Amino acid sequence: MIKFDNISKRYEGGHEALTQVGFHLNRGDMAFLTGHSGAGKSTLLKLIMLMERPSQGQLVVGGQNLNRIPRRQIPYFRRHIGVVFQNHHLLFDRTVFDNVALPLEITGMPQREIGRRVRAALDKVGLLSKEKLNPLQLSGGEQQRVGIARAVVNKPALLLADEPTGNLDPELSADIMNLFEQFNQVGVTVLIASHDLALIADLKHRVLELNAGQLIEESRQGAELVQTDVSMVNDGDHNGTW
Amino acid sequence: MEPGKQTRGASPGRVSAKKTSKPVKQPDLAGARVSRRQGSFSSYLANHRKIAKESFRRLIKHPLSSLMTWAVIGIALSLPAGLSVLLSNVQQLSSGWDGSAQITLFLKMNVSDDAAAKLALSLSARPTIAQADFISRSSALDEFKSLSGFGEVLNYLDENPLPHVIVVKPETTLATVAQTDALQKELSGIRIVEKAQLDLQWVQRLHSMTELIQRGVWALALLLALAVLLVIGNTIRLGIENRRDEIVVIKLVGATDGFVRRPFLYTGLWYGLGGGLIAFCLVQMALVWINGPISDLAMLYYSSFSLSGLNVESTLFLLGVSMLLGWSGAWLAVRRHLGDIEPS
Repeated sequence: MIKFDNISKRYEGGHEALTQVGFHLNRGDMAFLTGHSGAGKSTLLKLIMLMERPSQGQLVVGGQNLNRIPRRQIPYFRRHIGVVFQNHHLLFDRTVFDNVALPLEITGMPQREIGRRVRAALDKVGLLSKEKLNPLQLSGGEQQRVGIARAVVNKPALLLADEPTGNLDPELSADIMNLFEQFNQVGVTVLIASHDLALIADLKHRVLELNAGQLIEESRQGAELVQTDVSMVNDGDHNGTW
Repeated sequence: MEPGKQTRGASPGRVSAKKTSKPVKQPDLAGARVSRRQGSFSSYLANHRKIAKESFRRLIKHPLSSLMTWAVIGIALSLPAGLSVLLSNVQQLSSGWDGSAQITLFLKMNVSDDAAAKLALSLSARPTIAQADFISRSSALDEFKSLSGFGEVLNYLDENPLPHVIVVKPETTLATVAQTDALQKELSGIRIVEKAQLDLQWVQRLHSMTELIQRGVWALALLLALAVLLVIGNTIRLGIENRRDEIVVIKLVGATDGFVRRPFLYTGLWYGLGGGLIAFCLVQMALVWINGPISDLAMLYYSSFSLSGLNVESTLFLLGVSMLLGWSGAWLAVRRHLGDIEPS
């Protein structure tokens, strides 16, 4: 689903956010992306979202080489990806329902269909009863759930989250992570950037650790450290060396 | 549309076009059960309707500031619109003379009615003359009496001081001043004609003056249209600033540039329409206001002239232009500022 092949990202001014990062996330996988702040987690997610372009290397997402997607096609590409942000990015001038409906509105879906899907998504995150409220009237945890409902409402194949539990207490954080796991169980590929190491350790998923722009990969069980130069490619179509 | 008709896994045109070259990888995104309906024209129209309504509601929600913008646009547009209405009235007034010259022949005092009538007849037979109307001295006096209000006084005159008059209208093929001049010279050579007067100059003057004023109005209209463009552009720019968060979010969830632009373009259109309507009202009100004095004035000249306002055609033109200006102003602002707002 996501294939980083020797990706480097250098910002204007010379700061190198990512250095020769390579990894492959299979379809249906769930993985965490950790590292200190400034290690390049956000940059990595931005590259997947085409909010930034890599300075070097090949990036394939969902079978598409992102280097070959022109600017005009970025919107259509983004519709395949659900994103959850630490600060929710909710709009406070409209209801919870309308916030969740946004990704469908832009595709020009008929209202009836939108209503059906939005309620399904809100039901999944347990906020069906609050669809008519303004997001401001919700708690932090609930706001984050609205953000998740918005990310999954168009049933994306890939779900990205940037510090989704950053502002939440441990119990709510666990709830949120549980939600992500549920989506993963129905086949959605999930990549979560988080520095909440305790929470990540509890969940037995693959962990990608970034350190100053370089990738250090931990094992799926979170126990054994695997260095980046050890090939862990386990699927046929990945021929990149890193 | 029924949910069953939803095409599962169908990709938008561009993306799928790309993907067909890589069939091996296709299952990845094809698995994304995102329904895509942007190809459907009716839902596209529905979206336009919705956005048009929403952007109108947004304007209504802040009635005072919207009204201010509408008023600015309306005032700016009412000036050239009003002037051009006045100008077209002047042109209408002078078009009675067709722009063609008129030669008045004053006959010698001793010419008989018969001779004068005969001359008029022979003149109207000439190929260069369209029409020659004979006004006998007695009928001229009667007319003068009834119209001037000097009737009583004129009764004291011993004899009619007015000569016979023949009003000659040259054929319209005699377009140039020189040709008309030549005709005038020729007519003044006739024995019983005392004087042939060419009533041309004032028509020419009026024409060139209206031409001049018309150009002035156009220049003014152009300047004010530019001002309207800037006003709307700036207003839309503020709107874009105010909705920055929203723009970032909808770009993140995959809104196309067209989708992001749409509400602002509609807002511009509504600003233009509102401004146009205000301009229309201002022009009509001003016309009503000055129509009274003008018809009084016209009555003094024994004319039933009264101002005609904006007809349907020019009203539609005014509204069309103002909407176009609104849309273009919004377009300029959107082009200039929307690209700067990218999610980061």
